[in-house]
Amino acid sequence: MALSLLINNIDINHISYMKFAAVESPTIDQVGVEERVARLRSRSIKKEAKVEGLNLILSMIDLTTLEGRDTPGKVRQLCAKALHLRDSYPALPNVAAVCVYPTMVKEVKKLVAGSGIKVASVATAFPSGQSTKKVKIAETRFAVQEGADEVDMVISRGKFLRGEYAYVHDEIGAIKEACGQAYLKVILETGELATLDNVRKASDLAISAGADFIKTSTGKIQPAATLPVTLVMLEAIRDHYYRTGERVGMKPAGGISSAKLALHYLVVLRETLGEGWMHRDLFRFGASRLANDVLMQLEKERTGIYQSIDYFSKD
Amino acid sequence: MSKVKKRSTRGLDFDTSWSYAPALENKDHIGLKKRYDLFIGGKFVKPVKGKYFNTLNPATGKKIASIAKGEAPDIDKAVKAARKAYSLWIAMAPGERAKYVYRLARMIQERAREFAVIESLDSGKPIRESKTIDIPLVAAHFFYYAGWADKLRYAFPGKQVKSIGVAGQIIPWNFPLLMAAWKLAPALVTGNTVVLKPAETTPLTALKFAEIVQDAGIPPGVINIVTGAGETGAALVNHPGVDKIAFTGSTEVGKNIQKALAGTTKKLTLELGGKAANIIMEDATLDQAVEGIINGIYFNQGHVCCAGSRLFVQESVEEIVIQKLKDRMSTLIVGDPLDKNTDIGAINSAEQLKTIMQYLEAGVEEGATMYQSTGSIPQNGGFWCQPTLFTGAAQSHKIVQEEIFGPVLTVQTFRTIDEVLEKANNTFYGLSAGVWTDKGSKVFSMTNALRAGVVWANTYNKFDPGSPFGGYKESGFGREGGLHGLSPYLELN
Repeated sequence: MALSLLINNIDINHISYMKFAAVESPTIDQVGVEERVARLRSRSIKKEAKVEGLNLILSMIDLTTLEGRDTPGKVRQLCAKALHLRDSYPALPNVAAVCVYPTMVKEVKKLVAGSGIKVASVATAFPSGQSTKKVKIAETRFAVQEGADEVDMVISRGKFLRGEYAYVHDEIGAIKEACGQAYLKVILETGELATLDNVRKASDLAISAGADFIKTSTGKIQPAATLPVTLVMLEAIRDHYYRTGERVGMKPAGGISSAKLALHYLVVLRETLGEGWMHRDLFRFGASRLANDVLMQLEKERTGIYQSIDYFSKD
Repeated sequence: MSKVKKRSTRGLDFDTSWSYAPALENKDHIGLKKRYDLFIGGKFVKPVKGKYFNTLNPATGKKIASIAKGEAPDIDKAVKAARKAYSLWIAMAPGERAKYVYRLARMIQERAREFAVIESLDSGKPIRESKTIDIPLVAAHFFYYAGWADKLRYAFPGKQVKSIGVAGQIIPWNFPLLMAAWKLAPALVTGNTVVLKPAETTPLTALKFAEIVQDAGIPPGVINIVTGAGETGAALVNHPGVDKIAFTGSTEVGKNIQKALAGTTKKLTLELGGKAANIIMEDATLDQAVEGIINGIYFNQGHVCCAGSRLFVQESVEEIVIQKLKDRMSTLIVGDPLDKNTDIGAINSAEQLKTIMQYLEAGVEEGATMYQSTGSIPQNGGFWCQPTLFTGAAQSHKIVQEEIFGPVLTVQTFRTIDEVLEKANNTFYGLSAGVWTDKGSKVFSMTNALRAGVVWANTYNKFDPGSPFGGYKESGFGREGGLHGLSPYLELN
């Protein structure tokens, strides 16, 4: 009886943390990662490979606005952009999702209904994460109730850097529970984690705690997404797949504003995880300006001419 | 803490629906003649006996150009031209000689793209490598050694330095222009003159280099280039007017040269084969180590004397390392050397391909398990070999003992450091080795215990003109590169 009482009192998330702690995260050699990235960047993407790649990138974009000054009007216009990327261009894919603050979710849900575009909401005291677990859970529940298909949470970096991994792990687990059916993307905010060793450890921790996606950044801290950080996170996903057969998704976010750079990300994805991840169910770009540059490059490939940015709607 | 034991053997799928379109390097800008003569005394001259041979593009098996076949009378002319130029070259102020060598370096840089394309055409190596490794290192070597020309007394304090005379230099086909630069640069700045014999299958960049020698105004006869096969090299080795032989190539030929020179006053340096151990400890940064394994063995189709061809993996990480390695091999693109996305180009010659295939058969016969990546390879009359891995290999296997000189890796496991050091050193070669561990103390203890001329830690196949390169045991003697690379071209008293 004493034993069952004890088990009842232990948080289920904490048992999962103890399992995580039994697997050591490998260390990362930064020089080696940078060399690998440099080699991947030397891939030359031309002609039909470029057009196909750009189409794939468009389909993987989480079109994002996350500003204090966001208004329903601005969000409506962003949804219009998501629904009409460029009507004059034949057979363009939709973006994957529109990503907003929880208070905007209801509006977005209404506007994109029936389009296949998902509604993503940040939560958990985004971007700093400086709040209590209780508040974070409440905010997550609110976003999901409002209609969010996906929740982008931030981890408690302060706790992580102090070595309180169990706390961070349990918190992610609690948010995952609060998400219910909604997908959980866990933002590591790698720009605050200082080392690639920490990036790897945080990736393993988030995956163990139940993340459906791991995501680099909020976009509010520099550096945001980088190729070396993305490679290390993809390697964590790969090792998890080798161990369990489960596929966790990846979302680099922040600072990816050019089509050329996005193609490099696609190369890194292709040569690290392969076909199984080359889809928006498992790879996303968090970006606000990227879509227009991709559209511009597609028009260049189609017509041979670079058009002025004024020919592309800015929302 | 115990590691999670259960590991799946799920491979990843790299046959992706999105892949790369061909991205061919432009070759319109290169100037190639249909026929090349010998470069003797500052001029292109016909071979005395008027014979020519073909140099092929190994990616197609088709002829690129006719190359003069130098024979004993041609070697004699070249050595005489070098001897004549020596008195002028040695009388020149060292700073003046440096100016010429700096000029060579700059002109190589200016024409780097042209050299890179020709190197890839003639040797089969991927343009990515010739453009980012071979040609930049050629320029770097000339720049580095040019700086030594007027500082030789400070390089060897308390010694009198004197040049040797006429150096005969025999170049291999794996890094045709780079190996020529490794030999030419120290010879020239120390005041020697040279007769250079490029490899039979890859003479083109050396002959293009002869054009630069002319353009740079290097005094006639200081650099002579005589093309041909093994007999041409033998004629050079045996010519009484040569004061020094520098050879890079197979151990077998190296031994013959050493026999031929026994009892003569000729100086000799040999840079021969290798069978390097690349050791992965369980605490290594595994993903980066896998990259190092790939670079170690599949760089330049494995036509690298210091290739990390023997992989030693600690037992506890064997399964995951092999899994990662196989997945990484699936992403290697084998194909047209002039495609910017090609990772592995063509095998240098039909003959070498045959040798490699014989080793693959031997490996299977000996009981090792062969794995090859399944990507496409061109079907066009060129010489191709898929990147290959042998697991379950042993010290007693031929594929572990002998240098294959192709994209073939053998894998052995070990439990303790003593065990792996013993196996790593249990070879008649001793050119290079690699150690991968996250622990600094292991780096120092293991690298010191490996009997190899070059040992890399947590990286592989890194080259710098300031760093000496050369072997132990049957990998040869003498050093090229760095301060050490000067002494084989000097009399020190």
